[in-house]
Amino acid sequence: MRWLGLIALALVALAIGVAVGPADLSPSTAWGGLLGRGDATAITIVRDLRLPRVVLAFLVGGSLAVTGAVLQALVRNPLADPYLLGLSGGAGLGAVVAISLRLGGAWTVPLAALVGALLSIALVYQLAVVSGSVLDTRVLLLSGVVVGAFAASIMGAIMAISTAPEVRNALLWLLGGFDAASWRALGVFAAYAAIPLVVIYRQSRPLDLMSLGEEPAGFLGADVERLKRVLFLAASLLTAVAVAVSGIIGFVGLVVPHAIRILWGHLHRALLPAAFLLGGALLTAADALARTAFAPLTLPVGVVTALIGVPLFVVLVRRWAK
Amino acid sequence: MGEVIFAADRISFRYPGTEGVSAVNDVSLSIEAGELTGIVGPNGSGKTTLLRLLLGVLVPCKGEVTAFGRPASGWKRRELARMIGVVSQREEPAFPLRVRQAVLFGRYAHLGPLGSPGEADNAAVERALDRCDVRHLADRWVETLSGGEWQRVRIARALAQEPRALALDEATANLDIRHEMELFELTSQLVNEGRFAGVLVTHQVNLAARFADRLVVMDQGTACAIGRPNEVLTRDVLERVFHWPVTMTEWRGWPQFIPLRKDEFER
Repeated sequence: MRWLGLIALALVALAIGVAVGPADLSPSTAWGGLLGRGDATAITIVRDLRLPRVVLAFLVGGSLAVTGAVLQALVRNPLADPYLLGLSGGAGLGAVVAISLRLGGAWTVPLAALVGALLSIALVYQLAVVSGSVLDTRVLLLSGVVVGAFAASIMGAIMAISTAPEVRNALLWLLGGFDAASWRALGVFAAYAAIPLVVIYRQSRPLDLMSLGEEPAGFLGADVERLKRVLFLAASLLTAVAVAVSGIIGFVGLVVPHAIRILWGHLHRALLPAAFLLGGALLTAADALARTAFAPLTLPVGVVTALIGVPLFVVLVRRWAK
Repeated sequence: MGEVIFAADRISFRYPGTEGVSAVNDVSLSIEAGELTGIVGPNGSGKTTLLRLLLGVLVPCKGEVTAFGRPASGWKRRELARMIGVVSQREEPAFPLRVRQAVLFGRYAHLGPLGSPGEADNAAVERALDRCDVRHLADRWVETLSGGEWQRVRIARALAQEPRALALDEATANLDIRHEMELFELTSQLVNEGRFAGVLVTHQVNLAARFADRLVVMDQGTACAIGRPNEVLTRDVLERVFHWPVTMTEWRGWPQFIPLRKDEFER
């Protein structure tokens, strides 16, 4: 029943995403266009602009939500999220550096973003290991925010001084958005995201054990060091490819797993796919809102998720700090 | 007596970054099935480090640890989790969890990556809940349990692993007398009837003397005495290890010690 509701929600979000947009098409025209009926312009708008955009938003949202859930289990903190842990910022910096060096192809930018994400998570961990080898997850989040802010400021500097034309357009991209969505971008995203998603799902049970702490998890059969390496790599790759195709979009990874934890509990075999569906639905809806709120102008979707996510973050922090 | 479960052959271990100080120094011992071994000693004497070496979590710098006939660190964690149930010192679930689910975690090492728990798994969980007398708690949230209940649940989880060895690291540290006694009773019964090896790291020397078949007395990383409680618990050993005068007494054949007050030994 819960699953049917969630799938229905996802389908509704996708349908709304296809039906609305700056081009003034009635829902029935949009549906006709999707099915290949009606005039050529409508068919082009729906099939080549809206459909890849909506599907990409769905996959990115789902991937960010899964990434958030994984990070929360790994660092044992329900407030972890690729944005708050500095992964997105590092990925964005990697992407901007690659573009300003004119190395930015559709397939190479995700890899540059991956390097940035891995460097930033390593730095965040270094900062958070205070007093010997004990990891304080509160300090971890703090370091994540600081590293994210630092990465953003370097990105800002590069954008201000770079002569590469694409970099100056990157400002909007780094606030998150799907204006550059295309079937090609969708293909790149799907190709890069498929493996980490499968890898993560296969580690559902060890992820359950991680919530007990690293040592108890090990005694119950989880190979903790290997698990952390594999999952941080998978989470970094998902974040990197999401940032590469759609910029920095925060808070989906925080809010969605939290909602799913309330409804589905904390076992990852159900939590991960449920978070994927809800994350996809949420980001698709947020993108539809971003396109229509000030039509014909488009808001960066990262602005929309932050406007929704920050107040929720405040609520969650207060509950968690108790 | 029984099959040798753990064997340490002259093992030493030094934590990285601690020059010259060995946490465990030249320890040899063997632990057999059907036997409850107590590891006792003062704070920082290397009790927990020794246990971690036996469990393959740490690898000795010198010497070798064998668990179930193979180097302990050569087993995969998943394989070890099917043979050894451990109740470690610290554990706080980061997310809410119900008791039955927590005990089912003991079955994870028996399940495939995506397989669902089968009849055998659920049966093992129910048996463990009964054996540790926590069935009435099965639907409670773990965070609402008292310290003693939570420790019993953790032992139930270790039993659900259907292990051949059970290791408890200071499992009674924060418990009152009743819960502490219940835990010692439960552990020694499990070892006796299950014919598996039990290892108990504890501060409670007097209780260990009454429950354990064998004691390992640790002092600054060395095992300064290993043997039956009435062989190793002498005034000499205890005073040397704990750096405090004691007097010995006896309860039904088991050695018990009483730490002396200052005016009792200064006279």
